[in-house]
Amino acid sequence: MSTTVIVLFLSIVLLTLYITWWAAKRTTNAGEFYTAGGGLTGWQNGLAIAGDYLSAASFLGIAGMIALFGFDGFFYSIGFLIAYLVVMFLVAEPLRNLGKYTLADMINSRFDAKKVRAAAAFSTITIVIFYMIAQLVGAGALIQLLFGIPYWIAVLIVGVMMTIYVLFGGMTATSWVQIVKAVLLMLGTVVIAALVFARFDFSIMTMFSEVKTATSHGEAFLQPGLKYTVPLDTISLMLALVLGTAGLPHILMRFFTVKDAKTARSSVVTATWIVGIFYILTIFLGFGAAAFVGHDAIVAANSAGNMAAPLLAEALGGDLLMSFVSAVAFATILAVVAGLVLTGASAFAHDIYGQIIKKGQATQKQEMKAARQASLWVSVFSILLALGAQSLNVAFLVSLAFCVAASANLPVILYTIYWKRFNTTGAITAMLFGLISALVLVAVSPNVLSPEAGAAMFVGEPLFPLTNPAIVSVPLGFLGGWIGTVLSKEADARRFAEVSVRANTGYRE
Amino acid sequence: MKVGSVYTEGSTAPEVEQRTAPVQKGDIDFARVAQSNRFRTLTEKKKKFILPLTVFFLVFYFSLPILTSYTNVLERPAIGDISWAWIYAVAQFIMTWVLCIVYVRRFQKFDKDAEEIIETEIKGG
Repeated sequence: MSTTVIVLFLSIVLLTLYITWWAAKRTTNAGEFYTAGGGLTGWQNGLAIAGDYLSAASFLGIAGMIALFGFDGFFYSIGFLIAYLVVMFLVAEPLRNLGKYTLADMINSRFDAKKVRAAAAFSTITIVIFYMIAQLVGAGALIQLLFGIPYWIAVLIVGVMMTIYVLFGGMTATSWVQIVKAVLLMLGTVVIAALVFARFDFSIMTMFSEVKTATSHGEAFLQPGLKYTVPLDTISLMLALVLGTAGLPHILMRFFTVKDAKTARSSVVTATWIVGIFYILTIFLGFGAAAFVGHDAIVAANSAGNMAAPLLAEALGGDLLMSFVSAVAFATILAVVAGLVLTGASAFAHDIYGQIIKKGQATQKQEMKAARQASLWVSVFSILLALGAQSLNVAFLVSLAFCVAASANLPVILYTIYWKRFNTTGAITAMLFGLISALVLVAVSPNVLSPEAGAAMFVGEPLFPLTNPAIVSVPLGFLGGWIGTVLSKEADARRFAEVSVRANTGYRE
Repeated sequence: MKVGSVYTEGSTAPEVEQRTAPVQKGDIDFARVAQSNRFRTLTEKKKKFILPLTVFFLVFYFSLPILTSYTNVLERPAIGDISWAWIYAVAQFIMTWVLCIVYVRRFQKFDKDAEEIIETEIKGG
């Protein structure tokens, strides 16, 4: 560990702690805690959404995937980006108009049913836990590599930091840590991409023709099919990526931090531009790493390719750039896990404690206390799980989170906003069908069962052939909602009229 | 399933429990607002804008993995060593940005319609 790395690392820690201290003074009620009082501007929230999205998995994972598999690595970038169109066209504005603090609030704007709220809180917590373990395990491994400290200490450092941000600074601190990190990450990415481009004489043509001969794959590197060879699996993965974002609770929660639908709209625009530019630059990062670091060096550092971006930074800009990129990667991890803790805590404290147990009668003070306690428990629980899950393949946990979000949350969100006939029973069956089918199909997929010892968690023949079950579980989520609705007779057209008016006009008392 | 459609009194759904509808918050009759011409025009306009474009971008998006998985057409070179697969991929980015701009422009107009509905139908009624 060099001095530069320690200085930059500590600067990030101090800066984020300062933000938390500043935010803590303003976080005096539940609204401030869950949604920063709805006071973020479109620009700020757009940066924060982009920040939530550009997790370590995106930054390090996609750069590594492109470096190792060429075009096939880029599939992720495309899926993640188009997902914003789904969010913008179908979900963002009605969600902002109907919801208050959580996804369950929005669904319950139509159904005053505890069962529906409980089901929504349950699927939120499930997704958050999967996503969180993935991020924490990835973070531990990464910090271990970057700074040469043991895995368990690395997980504890990240765990303690995220708890401090959320516990004291709530959504205000979480958002501002995210915004600062998004700016730093973009800065680092632009600098590396520019250095890569300079090495290729600022010519796209030169870049492609040099990369064509730079790897052992030769021409195949620039063509699809190097990694994804099972057509249905590829399409299923793309389906989970494009529909999952619109159901990820920590992304949806961001729409409650702005004052109205108009601001929600402008924040998606900002996020789309930033994320789009970032993903275009991942080509430069991946190609640069393939050409100037080389396949063998990348795989030697980490077999999944996660070290491609830091190693490229070192090859291009020496120790200083490598330290900067490592520090930014660390900030990225902290910001994303803090957002996850907050989302999980709000499902516990607001939905389960405040609305179900206390029936909406909890005082501000009680709900704040519950929110802080829930943050603490969510943090401790996920740290413990992450410590035990070191050997788990994190990529599969992330794709599972996307798949559950697309299967369990998206159908119920769309039905709530757009389907007149939809009812309480349908809402519950939609969530349960989606959630259970995604979990069960993954449990019997090649990720978990493989005839080859060591290739998956257990040895055995997979009962379901695809690694990503979205192509089956998403239709099942929609089907479940439809069956539940049609089989039960209840319907409340007046309530739908109210939801429709509010969703389309943004009217609030 | 009808996007943005609203239930009208005396429509053909006999099992709909109009009688047990919950008490409305305040005095606003949302069913009346939902049936008003202004509101129906707005939801109709939104539907006409959103539905075709959503179908379009999903078809455009899924065509990429379908074409790369089942055919080799995108593997032909387009410019120099850059194949059509890359051109198609980058075209998805351009489509996203263009649709983003189009959406914002169109919805700015809808904002005015929504304000009008709040003023005349909700507050005025």
